[in-house]
Amino acid sequence: MIDTRPDPDLLLDKIKEEEVRSARGKLKIFFGASAGVGKTYAMLSAARQQTDQGTDVVIGVVETHGRKETEALLAGLERLPLRDVFYRDKVLKEFDIDGALARKPALILMDELAHSNVQGSRHPKRWQDVDELLSSGIDVYSTINVQHLETLNDVVGGITGIRVWETVPDHVFDAADEVVLVDLPPDELLQRLKEGKVYLPHQAERAIQNFFRKGNLIALRELALRRTADRVDSEMIQYRRDKSVTRAWQTRESLLACIGPGEGGDRIVRSAARVAAKLDVPWHVIYVETPELRHLSEKQRLHILKNLKMAQETGAETASLSGSDAVETIIDYARDHNLAKVIVGRDHVRAWRPWYRSFADRVGKHAPDLDVIQVAREESRSDRRRDEQTDDSLLDRLKAPWQSFAMSAVLCAMATVIAMPLHSVFDLANIAMLFLMAVVLAAVRYGLGPAVAAAFLNVAAFDFFFVPPRFSFAVSDVQYLMTFAVMLAVGLVTAKLTAGLKLQARVASRREQRIRALYEMSRNLSGALMPEQIAEISQRFAASGFDARAAIVLADEKDRLLEPIPVPGGVPAVDMGISQWSFDHGTEAGCGTDTLSGSPLLYIPLKAPMRTRGVLVLDIRHPQRLMAPEQRRLLDTFARLIAIAIERVHYVDVAQTTTVQMESERLRNSLLSAISHDLRTPLAALVGLADSMSMTQPPPTGQQTEIAISMREEALRMNSLVNNLLDMARLQSGAVKLNRQWQPLEEVVGSAIKATGTAIALHRVSVNLPDDLPLLEFDAVLIERVLSNLLENAAKYTPPGSQIVIGAMNVARDHVDIWVEDNGPGLPAGKEEEIFNKFARGQKESATPGVGLGLAICRAIVEAHGGSIRAENRRDGGARFVFSLSCGNPPVVDTTGADLASEEIQR
Amino acid sequence: MSEPLPVVIIIEDEPNLRRFVRMSLEAEGCVVHEADSMQRGLIETGTRKPDMVVLDLGLPDGDGVDFIRDLRTWSDIPIIVLSARTTEADKVGALDAGADDYLTKPFGAAELLARVRAHLRRRSSAGASGSTVFEFGKIRVDLGKRIVERGGEPLHLTPIEYRLLVYLITHPDSVLTHRQLLNSVWGPSHSDDSHYVRVYMGMLRKKIEDDPSQPRHIVTEAGVGYRFIA
Repeated sequence: MIDTRPDPDLLLDKIKEEEVRSARGKLKIFFGASAGVGKTYAMLSAARQQTDQGTDVVIGVVETHGRKETEALLAGLERLPLRDVFYRDKVLKEFDIDGALARKPALILMDELAHSNVQGSRHPKRWQDVDELLSSGIDVYSTINVQHLETLNDVVGGITGIRVWETVPDHVFDAADEVVLVDLPPDELLQRLKEGKVYLPHQAERAIQNFFRKGNLIALRELALRRTADRVDSEMIQYRRDKSVTRAWQTRESLLACIGPGEGGDRIVRSAARVAAKLDVPWHVIYVETPELRHLSEKQRLHILKNLKMAQETGAETASLSGSDAVETIIDYARDHNLAKVIVGRDHVRAWRPWYRSFADRVGKHAPDLDVIQVAREESRSDRRRDEQTDDSLLDRLKAPWQSFAMSAVLCAMATVIAMPLHSVFDLANIAMLFLMAVVLAAVRYGLGPAVAAAFLNVAAFDFFFVPPRFSFAVSDVQYLMTFAVMLAVGLVTAKLTAGLKLQARVASRREQRIRALYEMSRNLSGALMPEQIAEISQRFAASGFDARAAIVLADEKDRLLEPIPVPGGVPAVDMGISQWSFDHGTEAGCGTDTLSGSPLLYIPLKAPMRTRGVLVLDIRHPQRLMAPEQRRLLDTFARLIAIAIERVHYVDVAQTTTVQMESERLRNSLLSAISHDLRTPLAALVGLADSMSMTQPPPTGQQTEIAISMREEALRMNSLVNNLLDMARLQSGAVKLNRQWQPLEEVVGSAIKATGTAIALHRVSVNLPDDLPLLEFDAVLIERVLSNLLENAAKYTPPGSQIVIGAMNVARDHVDIWVEDNGPGLPAGKEEEIFNKFARGQKESATPGVGLGLAICRAIVEAHGGSIRAENRRDGGARFVFSLSCGNPPVVDTTGADLASEEIQR
Repeated sequence: MSEPLPVVIIIEDEPNLRRFVRMSLEAEGCVVHEADSMQRGLIETGTRKPDMVVLDLGLPDGDGVDFIRDLRTWSDIPIIVLSARTTEADKVGALDAGADDYLTKPFGAAELLARVRAHLRRRSSAGASGSTVFEFGKIRVDLGKRIVERGGEPLHLTPIEYRLLVYLITHPDSVLTHRQLLNSVWGPSHSDDSHYVRVYMGMLRKKIEDDPSQPRHIVTEAGVGYRFIA
């Protein structure tokens, strides 16, 4: 039955908690709706009680606000002297925490937990003082109003229009060992206010008068009550856990409604819904399927399932359980879910069965701690019908093929034949046993009907063949009538029990079959690598598990559904409109659902963890069967498994594509670099040889020299192209290791201008670097390349004589912007980003040489440095390319120290 | 009296490039011996008593840096290294091992001859002139009197700047790596603080160059070091 041992982990937690708690003092909070309800009074009364019991009580802080009754309670209690705190030329009295710790009483009273301490105190808030007191093992009594709780502060502010700034975090309140609600009805509080018994600070009298309106007070009281109730509720859970309570604790009045096969299930559900709504509690509706109920007609089952569905739609949690005994199953469920009230339909008393105990009685007897509510079921009219149905079902149960009956007759005959020769040897009682065995055999092999028939036949045979006078149904001794009666009764009972056991075994094996099928499907699915395989496996499982044909409709990347995946057996005629709807809304559609239930097919969206992958379409031969919850669950699991398999297959695809892409990228890069390398060696020779033409004997003519020079120029141009390709390949394959060093930018600007050489010979290049530029950490060769590419680019796209300026500025603390700008025609509008792409050029068809790798290389280099590069048009004409490098922490170079050296280099 | 012709050995495995270097140098009036591998190169260098070696770093049969180290143990003849671009680390290695200069492929005859001439001239003038006064641009340095002037006006230099300048002007036309400069100006303990060289070089440039961002005398060889051009 129920495992009454507490969870070991929870126990361990509890022990730890208790260890901490025992070392700590206990906090008791007197909690009120507003000022004036009498918290301080209550606290002092409690403290007096403690003193009377001999506890060492000390008053830390108490504000009596001059109330006489309260002050009277102070008499005889020790008061801890307050400390003087100097604040803005004033002396204020404040709680002395060091004094309290030194005094170390058993219990200390700390009024107004939300109080803010004067500046200069140890803690800014009193609750922190309290925390420290608790940590040192001192018990504390304190008081607080509901509006001082942090999370309720807003609510109270909203209600009363007054915000308080002194708040206490909720965890302090929640961690208190005890909370005492000090409650006073609003009218009484107002009365006290009129009598001047409530302390009001003078300066804010009007505001406070507004605060004490009846509406406010009612609202505040409700808040306080609720907050306390919530706390008590969580205490209850704690207590139940502590004591490992298994009986339902009737705190939240959760409901459990039980529906059975009888009429009026809907009535029970509706009543339960009403009660639950009134109590504002969660409610459950369950149906227990006992072995007897498995024989219900399809119609009755459907009826029950309809009621369960209705309950679910009305907001209940529903479950269909199976168990051998309905009462026990219901009680277990109620205890597991902590449901204190059980609603059952009222059984009607049958005159002919006075011993019959109603269902409610039985539940009540087994679980005296549960409330049992009986509700009417409107049975007056359906009485007769119900009996008919039971008869129907009884007849159903007795039904069996005629061969079975024949065989049970044969069993009887065999028992008679075997018993014949033994008649002279054995007592008649033992002969009767033999016949009973025949009944058991009949029940095991052929079911209830034949077994019952056998029981009757046996009695007849026993009477006819063995009871004297033999070979007649007459009976000589009346006591044999007793034998017949017992024999028949035992036979019938045995038949029923045996047949029941057999049925249960069959149910169990069917369930196992289902699980095995699911298991096998998931195993098959895990091996599937293509959607077609998944579709085929689903088809197979749908046929065996649901007697249905299945089709899978997958969605493409844009969430459009494709045609169903073809499978060997053929797919049902899928309505793509319904599929798309089901896919888009992520809900089921088609027959048996709320949407387009006229459709002959059922559409179930395939929801995988990442997204909905498609729709499973089922053509089910017996759609009603799917209403059974366990079938639904099976179907959901089925759909879920398929969805996950599809997703997995999808990602296998994605991974493969990515691998192929990576591989081809790598191949491209290595190819590129190999080609570039092999091209460069002959180019170097070509440049050299073109040069050496002029040194040949006899000296070449003017024309020949010109040709040689052109050859050299072209070879050099080709070389720079190859260099670009090689650089790009290296940068992209990630083969570049940055040789980053701290250096002044000026140096690399100079070398870049020199390296660009003839390309910018016709332009005016100027450098404009601020003196205070910090050292930057970069790879000099690569940044030189960026700068010379940008210079070349500027020279290429501006007319000769244009101005090119290299500048830099420490624009922000963490990075330096470096730019190359010109006063040429500028960039084509809208292409500022595109030009950094590989093989992109400002003007598509132009005579300007280059393949458009320069800027792409710049970007790759700058990004490898963790910087960024952009292009823009200057406001006063021309283009500007800006890249930024981060500053980091440059090393300090002590240049002044050298000046102080003794060696002086001057005349 | 006719001076003996300078002897140059070219060690390079690419025949066309070898031919081009040979033609260029012969037109300049050098005697050129060729080697197509490191091994041949060592034999030629050992037997021909060359005045200069032009060495390709990408030879199939060995590491050029080892060759330079070997050679430096018994000779201080100028070594010019030929290398591909994007292999700055190789160049620095070769220069640190003792090479004097490098040329990046592809290079033209003019570049090659300029370097060869400069190094041959330095070699011939090294022992000969004992002059302690150097002049370039507007700058005049008198090593004996430890005076630096710019346009006739005395120029104030810190001790480190002065030592740096002296090292540069006594190694004209050669490429000097950061490590070499650190070792000789700051001492071996500083050999990894290359930013010191860069910062002081920047300060020195401001004092002796007309336009420090486009220097004429102290030229940066990006990623490698500096070259002083008189």
